[in-house]
Amino acid sequence: MRSRRTTLSGWGAWPRAESDVYRPERLRDLDAVLRTDGTLLARGLGRSYGDAALNGAGATVLLERLDRVIAFDDETGTLTAEAGMSLADVLRTFAPRGWFPPVVPGTRHVTLGGALACDIHGKNHHRHGSIGRHVVRFTLLLASGERIVCSRTENPDAFRATLGGMGLTGIIVDVTLRLAPLPGRRVLVDYQRTRDLEEALAQFAADDDAYEYSVAWIDCIARGAALGRSVLMRGNWDTSPPPDAPAHPAGTAPPMRALPPAAERDLTRSPLLGVPPFAPGFLLRPSLLRLFNEVYYRQARTAARVPTAIGAFFFPLDAIADWNRLYGRAGFTQYQLVLPHPHGEDGVRRVLHEIARAGSASFLAVLKRFGPGEPGQLLSFPRAGYTLAVDFPLRDSGVLPLLDRLDAICIEHGGRVYLAKDARLPATTLPAMYPELDEWRAIREQLDPAGRFTSDQARRLRLA
Amino acid sequence: MSVTPHDATARPGTVLILGATSPIARVLALAFARRGHALVLAGRDPVELDRTAADVRARTRHAAVVTGRFDATVEASHAALLADLGGELEGVVVATGALGDVARARSDARYAAELTTANYAGLVRVLSALAERLEQQRRGFIIGLGSVAGDRGRQSNYVYGAAKGALALFLQGLRNRLAPSGVRVLTVKLGFVDTAMTYGMPLPLPALSPEEAGRRVLRALDRGRDVAYVPGWWRWVMLLIRAIPERLFKRLKL
Repeated sequence: MRSRRTTLSGWGAWPRAESDVYRPERLRDLDAVLRTDGTLLARGLGRSYGDAALNGAGATVLLERLDRVIAFDDETGTLTAEAGMSLADVLRTFAPRGWFPPVVPGTRHVTLGGALACDIHGKNHHRHGSIGRHVVRFTLLLASGERIVCSRTENPDAFRATLGGMGLTGIIVDVTLRLAPLPGRRVLVDYQRTRDLEEALAQFAADDDAYEYSVAWIDCIARGAALGRSVLMRGNWDTSPPPDAPAHPAGTAPPMRALPPAAERDLTRSPLLGVPPFAPGFLLRPSLLRLFNEVYYRQARTAARVPTAIGAFFFPLDAIADWNRLYGRAGFTQYQLVLPHPHGEDGVRRVLHEIARAGSASFLAVLKRFGPGEPGQLLSFPRAGYTLAVDFPLRDSGVLPLLDRLDAICIEHGGRVYLAKDARLPATTLPAMYPELDEWRAIREQLDPAGRFTSDQARRLRLA
Repeated sequence: MSVTPHDATARPGTVLILGATSPIARVLALAFARRGHALVLAGRDPVELDRTAADVRARTRHAAVVTGRFDATVEASHAALLADLGGELEGVVVATGALGDVARARSDARYAAELTTANYAGLVRVLSALAERLEQQRRGFIIGLGSVAGDRGRQSNYVYGAAKGALALFLQGLRNRLAPSGVRVLTVKLGFVDTAMTYGMPLPLPALSPEEAGRRVLRALDRGRDVAYVPGWWRWVMLLIRAIPERLFKRLKL
């Protein structure tokens, strides 16, 4: 099978790695890829930020062409599809039929396989957990060529080691997932501007459970009294019928079409803007970022029940194609950590203080309160506590030392860093962040004794 | 004579797709199913066909999709497929074809003959039978997915190119024959499309996504075109290539 020698990177454009890239279009092509020599790594749409989807020492397999729906049950919303199907495709196909992915990340351009491998979470984690919770089963192609079905009852160890397992246990070939009923055509969002971090944390603690979706933009540049000032964006589905919906008599089934044409267009729209390959670097000058944050914070108003389209609420950044190019050739990295209760609040204060002092953060920073994690999913990231995700442009040479300092605070507070975002974590930090690492390694050793599946990240972190 | 655009809404009949598991064929299958047509997806690999059929059913809320075996190089598969094809036939899409190993096609005569069967000779029989049927119905269409490689013989891929060129000529004849009975024949000349056929090859010009290629094929059908280059600018590229005098062309390495 023909491969293409390609230089790939994650969404952060750093680091880059050259690899032999395969792109199977048929199921048996996957077996052909498996028969090649050297190490392998499956890759979806490349939306992990660092080197999790890179395999510079071997081959990479793009799953994007294996994207067929195998079965869908309109009664229960249970979807079985090939692992290369994207959430954008799931939305386009099933939202008009009244079903929504149970978990959506900040972009719809991720594959089902990638979503499972990273055990992704979204704005509803505090209520519905990560995607692993909604997975019924999946098929895993092992290094031996054997395909095994994994669920909570069949091959349960492979199941929990693969959810969040960063693609290192095998290739996820197909996925059975429960979609959620789509209760409305849009989200009613409450915006609350807070003076500082304390107010934001107090708000989260007070009434977060009243919202299906909850997240905050946080200013990681402001210092002093304004440290951690935020804009909380929390919402629930608008369950009122659209104005143009035909009335249907009580007691009969509601109309089949769950989304009005305008809402459907919003889901299928191409990006409105694009960023050229090499954006001018001045956009990221600290003074300009400071100004951007100031303006963004000031224009935000406290407002209740603002009707917001699905695309605009869940995937605001998908409206700008290739927005990662704004960071120029040097790229950027996102640092996301979770600091569990009860020391989470204190940890967030210390982390923010450190970031603001360094002054190297970018405009994109997000704070969210997580619900409980999935017990037994050994490498899954979410834990009950606070999670903070901050973009750092890599043109700033102070960033990497800063992140080392943040690692120390993170470990001190019993926290961990999200591997799907990571590009630079030292291997020594991993056992403290992921205490179940050895158990995961033991399962992985059974599934892939020769270490066929690996990544640049796995080598750097000595994961396996 | 002028041909009216294909009106699929009148009586949706069955669309038969030969070589239905290719990425462009998948796009066309889904589009025809969304227009309300029943589908027969035919090809060599039953596992892939079943998957593709299931995909179309699930995405369209259970369109009527069946699969059948078709291998251009195996004559026995043709009769069985045609026998199973009941009811009104809306049209036929010929999406089979293999570029094959071009180096081997130059040195291995038997292999060159096989490629010719797969890309042209093996299709003559089935296309003739289907043309007969459409002629009797006095309606329907045939879409043949050909290649710009069929526009001029070149040292690099002439076995494939000759077969695709022959297919285009055959379809041209069919078009002429079937025009009086209102049956439409669309010859598509594909430029580079980003599929497994071109993946990993150095391409001198950009490749079109299979989704976009499928959309353009359908648009050409709806507009009543006889011959369509996909993408359209390949018409000008090939015009240029065809314009080079043979005296000069024979010394070029294209």
